[in-house]
Amino acid sequence: MTPGDTVTVEAIVAEFAADRSRLLDIVETVQSRYGYVSDAAVQVIAAGLRIHSVEVEDMLSFYAFFDRHPRGRVRIRLSKTPISIMKGATDVAHAFEAALGIDMGEDTPDGAFTLQWTSDIGMADQEPAALVNGMVLTAIKPGDVPTIVAALRQHDFQQSHGQPIPNAGVKSSLVQAGPLLSGPSAAGESLIAALALTPDQVIEVISASKLRGRGGAGFPTGTKWRLTRKSKGQNHYVACNADEGEPGTFKDRVLLSEFPHLVFDGMTIAGYALGARHGLVYLRGEYAYLWDALQAALKTRRRQGLLGSNVCGHVGFDFDIRIQLGAGAYICGEESSMIESLEGKRGAPRDRPPFPTERGYLQQPTAVDNVETYVCAARIMAMGAAWFRGYGTAASSGTKLMGVSGDCERPGVYEVPFGITVNELLDLTGGADAAYVQVSGPSGQSVAPKDFGRRIAYEDLSTGGSTMVFGPQRDVLAVALQFAEFFVDESCGWCVPCRVGTTLLRQGMEKIVVGRATLADIMATETLANTVVRMSRCGLGQTAPNPILTTMRSFPELYEARMQSGSFVPRVTLSEALADAVQVQGRQPVAEDI
Amino acid sequence: MVAATFRFTVDGIDIEAVPGQSILEACDIAGIYIPRLCYHPDLEPGGNCRVCTCNVNGRNVAACITPASHGMRVENNTKLLTDDRRSVIEMLFVEGEHPCPYCVASGDCELQALGYRLGMAAPTQPYQWPRRKIDTTHPDITLDHNRCILCSRCIRASRMADGKTVFGFDGRGITMTLNVDAQGGLGNTQMAAIDKAAHVCPVACIVINRDSYRVPNGRRRFDARPIGSDIEARRKP
Repeated sequence: MTPGDTVTVEAIVAEFAADRSRLLDIVETVQSRYGYVSDAAVQVIAAGLRIHSVEVEDMLSFYAFFDRHPRGRVRIRLSKTPISIMKGATDVAHAFEAALGIDMGEDTPDGAFTLQWTSDIGMADQEPAALVNGMVLTAIKPGDVPTIVAALRQHDFQQSHGQPIPNAGVKSSLVQAGPLLSGPSAAGESLIAALALTPDQVIEVISASKLRGRGGAGFPTGTKWRLTRKSKGQNHYVACNADEGEPGTFKDRVLLSEFPHLVFDGMTIAGYALGARHGLVYLRGEYAYLWDALQAALKTRRRQGLLGSNVCGHVGFDFDIRIQLGAGAYICGEESSMIESLEGKRGAPRDRPPFPTERGYLQQPTAVDNVETYVCAARIMAMGAAWFRGYGTAASSGTKLMGVSGDCERPGVYEVPFGITVNELLDLTGGADAAYVQVSGPSGQSVAPKDFGRRIAYEDLSTGGSTMVFGPQRDVLAVALQFAEFFVDESCGWCVPCRVGTTLLRQGMEKIVVGRATLADIMATETLANTVVRMSRCGLGQTAPNPILTTMRSFPELYEARMQSGSFVPRVTLSEALADAVQVQGRQPVAEDI
Repeated sequence: MVAATFRFTVDGIDIEAVPGQSILEACDIAGIYIPRLCYHPDLEPGGNCRVCTCNVNGRNVAACITPASHGMRVENNTKLLTDDRRSVIEMLFVEGEHPCPYCVASGDCELQALGYRLGMAAPTQPYQWPRRKIDTTHPDITLDHNRCILCSRCIRASRMADGKTVFGFDGRGITMTLNVDAQGGLGNTQMAAIDKAAHVCPVACIVINRDSYRVPNGRRRFDARPIGSDIEARRKP
């Protein structure tokens, strides 16, 4: 690192006022400036923040999008999910490998390209998709790859010009809008309606609407806001969870790109109701391409007086919103991990109590809600609680945005009333041939055709919106194994049952899928899965075994079909176990040796 | 001012506690042993290992970080919890390398002692055989990452008790390891053998050099009596 680089990194630290809680932003800026964060940069950052270098490394080593060593100038991250694989991502990967002359996970010798897999990037309706230095390529076919690579070689990412990149861009995913998204929604309209009420009245209206959290957990929003308002603190915070990381979900991407003012209206209404002056949006790193548009929307709102001092002329109500970009960690969708990440730390969950409503961001009362929840709150203020309750079921009021992908004719986002059956949703999306539906992502439930009469609602199939449809030609247990691998990659590692348990479950599932498991193995895997559910610290570990446990319940015959009889079959074959020795000795074992 | 006490039950046994106490602290004083590993009485709780998980009013929580409250019904010594705790201990045995018969900590190791106390004969899960480093850069301390169970005791001790922040985590998930506050190893940090952080390791990851056999095998803490016996001895009949 040259003296000039030291000055540059020091300036980056100063740009964020040498604030320890902005460490994530500081490291993100260094990473994007240099393509990696060197040991020397870590020292400069640590010195600038007056913390230890081990604390900087503790944070930065946690996130998938940070590097400690230089990688290719063009980073191609191809999405690896059961949906992308179904749509041909493996062939696309081979095409990239051929075009670049490297394997997945490698860098080209000239330092121009890095090619790798990444977890779901929120493009399930337009897979195979890839992130390229923050740009999104969608619906890639193997035949497109040579042209893409040629264009990327010419492209100047710093200036972001050059010849257009084929497949770049995300197409609109909204297929069916309902009452929530089809009404008029001028920026600020619902906010003005809310400001005509007192904060307590706003909370009463939200409570009367029976709005529940749209991330899937379903906590009553009015109650959360009331608890946060009542908690004592120097500041109150409104946080918007836009870390939409559950594989197969992409409805928040639609809201953020097509309805940002409804999201910001909802947050501002929450700020008014809670007595908060600060709003935070935690935007997943995979959605960095939305950054400029969202900042522009915030700028417009400040100009229009919808943010800033005396919002909408309401004297004494000051509110502004900051966007925090994530850096590749599914766990940060868990609200306490998200708060840790917002504070510039590794995204390890917190033990509760205390809950965020009492002690959240910077130990202050914080309401964390999903993007869609804020949109609902905004529309409720404009249209009234009774209007909202007019949709859905008694326990699940309103409509739900469902992101549907996989083996269906019309993938995309559908706004449907709560209470819709899986069958009805499949008819709507052209997925009538489905043999298996994964509801609410890997952490949700595997649903077999016999249960397609079940309803999407908090009281039956609770969901954040991810709906992956699989036709009869798909291998259900292979999909469950892919989900098990996802949780291995995304476990934060803080607690033992999840850190080690997810790996052991993946190995158990692997043995089942390759047909080497006996009944005892399958039962041991089930026992282990239940231990991980009961003993893990947070929602990630508690739901990570779901793909295994729910496929065991929904598809027992598939497990039986791959089961070995007898009491024991070794995990590896004898020839595999001896492979290293055969290699070293240069001879095959003779029969009596074995 | 004396804080008002309150009462709750553990496996039906009535216990007194004061506000601010965790379930585990209140039970320790009452002489009821809740198995635990990452908890250390001199440090803030970390909640990493989950061995002290109890069922409170129908929900599983870690006893070390959950405040005791009036009227709680805590289940501790049940077959299901013991099975789950043993399974977690097993996970640690297969995640790292823990060869008890020739390990310097044998008899003094809390992981080994919990294996015995919870009835683990041999791990039933496959060994992961990690390839981790042994850090011998410090003249007085050996850091064997193969033994590390990521309990965060040394991290907490170094940050709070020693005020040095010598340790932190590196990476995440199954590839996570213990990291030190210097390039080139522990020898380049502020760590000293008299630090609290050098004396809280429950296994043989942080080992003081030339000191390991001061007490010979067979006469160590857990050779004569199971782990937790000291706490149970406080119990009034």
